[in-house]
Amino acid sequence: MSTTKWCVPVLIAAVAAMCTAMCTACTPGPPAAGGGSATSITELDYYTDAEGSAAWQQNLDSCGRQTGITIARQQVPTDQLLPTVLRAAGSHSLPNLLMTDNPTIQQIAATGALTPVTDYGIATEGYYDSILKAGTYQGKVYGLAPGVNGLALFYNKDMLGEAGIQPPSTWDDLRAAATRLTGNGRYGLAFSAVPSEEGTWQFLPFFWSNGGDLSQVDSPQATVALQFLTDLVSAGAASKSVLTWKQDDVTNQFVSGDAAMMINGSWNLNKLDADSALRYGIVPIPVPHPGDTPTVALGGEVGAVPVTNPDAQQAAGKVLSCLLSEQNMLTWDTAHSLVPAKTAVAAEYGQRYPQMRSFIDEVATAKSRTAELGEKYQPLSTALGTAIQSALTGRQTPAQALHEAAKATS
Amino acid sequence: MTVTGTRANRGDREGTAVASSSGSRRHTGWAALGFLLPALVYLVVFFGYPLLNNVSMSFRDFTVRSFYTGQAPFVGLRNYAAVLQNPLFGPAMLDTVLFTVGSIVFQFGIGLALAVFFQGRFPGGTTLRSLLLLPWLLPLVVSGAVWRWMFDQDHGILNAGLRALHLAPVPWLTSTTWALPAVILTNIWIGVPFNLVILHGGLRAIPSALYEAAALDGANAWQRFRHLTLPLLRPVTGVVLMLGLVYTIKVFDVIMVVTGGGPADATQTLTTWSYRLSFGGFAFGQGAAAGNILILIATACGLLYLRSARVTLAEAAS
Repeated sequence: MSTTKWCVPVLIAAVAAMCTAMCTACTPGPPAAGGGSATSITELDYYTDAEGSAAWQQNLDSCGRQTGITIARQQVPTDQLLPTVLRAAGSHSLPNLLMTDNPTIQQIAATGALTPVTDYGIATEGYYDSILKAGTYQGKVYGLAPGVNGLALFYNKDMLGEAGIQPPSTWDDLRAAATRLTGNGRYGLAFSAVPSEEGTWQFLPFFWSNGGDLSQVDSPQATVALQFLTDLVSAGAASKSVLTWKQDDVTNQFVSGDAAMMINGSWNLNKLDADSALRYGIVPIPVPHPGDTPTVALGGEVGAVPVTNPDAQQAAGKVLSCLLSEQNMLTWDTAHSLVPAKTAVAAEYGQRYPQMRSFIDEVATAKSRTAELGEKYQPLSTALGTAIQSALTGRQTPAQALHEAAKATS
Repeated sequence: MTVTGTRANRGDREGTAVASSSGSRRHTGWAALGFLLPALVYLVVFFGYPLLNNVSMSFRDFTVRSFYTGQAPFVGLRNYAAVLQNPLFGPAMLDTVLFTVGSIVFQFGIGLALAVFFQGRFPGGTTLRSLLLLPWLLPLVVSGAVWRWMFDQDHGILNAGLRALHLAPVPWLTSTTWALPAVILTNIWIGVPFNLVILHGGLRAIPSALYEAAALDGANAWQRFRHLTLPLLRPVTGVVLMLGLVYTIKVFDVIMVVTGGGPADATQTLTTWSYRLSFGGFAFGQGAAAGNILILIATACGLLYLRSARVTLAEAAS
């Protein structure tokens, strides 16, 4: 009896203590006095592959030294970045500095959780128009990229040489080359058509180069583009496994010699160069007709400063400004094989690294994924990803599949 | 007179007894509450709150903006209507049922067969049984990724094996008909150890004297299994199937890693579809609605189980 008597108050006290602890944890601390600049900030990015992560860390370290600001870094996988940001926005615990994929920046800016980069004296001149547009929401620039990228066609020089084939520049060339290079357990072409943003991003160069428009995904031009890829797969010139290959898997297929050509981005150069036995070349994405200009989707991460507290925002602005300086831009883009986002820096870079030429040329005519639809891009991209899969599996014809995607997002 | 007096006395005594026991019961009641409180607080904070939030979200037009501003207009049942009318609802529902039933039937069947097999003592049996636990210890993302490689149409080990046997390779993850069996296969492999361990524990609790008696009565192996093992294993079976159902119906990571819901939505279950509605289409209200439908189904199954368990207990008591 006596034990029960003192047990109850102790238990109640313990629970009360637990509650208080939890409640204090969720009350926001006193707002820091404005005007100054914090000495430490938090940063969130999705560079999780060993190489890219190390290169980005070096870049952050260097800007930490230059600005005297300590940067606490957090990384999440690519597809977890947006959910993480939304959760943080809900609990008002956003990172001070955010590196996010450029098609998501307008979406995040639309919530009101970001501040314009111009608030921190960051100049927006000299950038490729497409990346500037991608980072602009309702007339204000919320995100700027240190480096951009696009997709091109990689080819195995030995395999093409053996078959006496020139690197393809048109769709007809590509189809013929892929068909001839297929055989003996090898496929002519590898690309990624996974049901996510990655798959849509790989399809868009074909879609846009043929005159497609995201505001009308079931147009005849779009259907022809999807039909082209579908034919490549059904003819066996590309493996049906493209449905499950992410871009990293595509690189592995190319490196191991199981694919003679691949659609991929410049960030693979380091990995390809590491294999000394592999001799490869890069040409721009083949176009529907001779003389057409390829229109690839613009890739690359933009830096943004979320709304946190004035001191931390100022500090984050300083770090972002440092990351965007021409010197750091060059270092990072060289380390990660990206195209500098400023036209003048890119031109200088192209002279130094000729293998990046195709990418630099393409970036000049690249289109940002949010150019046509703004914050409505993401739902459409999801529907388009499913449409691509429906066509490639043969569940629907390209026309039916695209029609369904248009209907689902209308 | 005496009789009634005794009766009254007895009544009195009973009366006081009740009074004093109700006093001590009040004390034990407080103590019980004290012991319950931590669990209650935990449930309310980590289960009740998110659940309520999810229910509230499903009745609102919750957009990306709502996360930051906290504003989401009430739309009544519109999210549920949109989910039910979505052409993907039927297929996702069917996939969920096929995935759950397919996984549980084989997980349980194989688990039970292995448990009976390991009941016999033989050299290396314990080591082998521990090794069989391995799939359960691996992170789901790891096993999922490995299975994805094994399923690869051109270079996967499964198709290499089929080719070696001069059989036609199977388009595991690239065909809309084969993808669902492929993810079910993966999930069966992951779930067998769980079934094996619990059922093996249940088997060991059956007194061996019963088997000896049955053997003396001339029962053969099948009769011993059918009339001894199965009925005596029934309570454990109920628990295993119930937990298996709850674990399987909410599987997300395995499908996400192996197929991502593809190809062409062929492996989209209610969980993956709910995720896609939320983070692919930014229709968070609809995603929450799809999630709630799943919770309703799981709850209904749980209640059914509790009822049947109560019936079993009552049978055992009578």
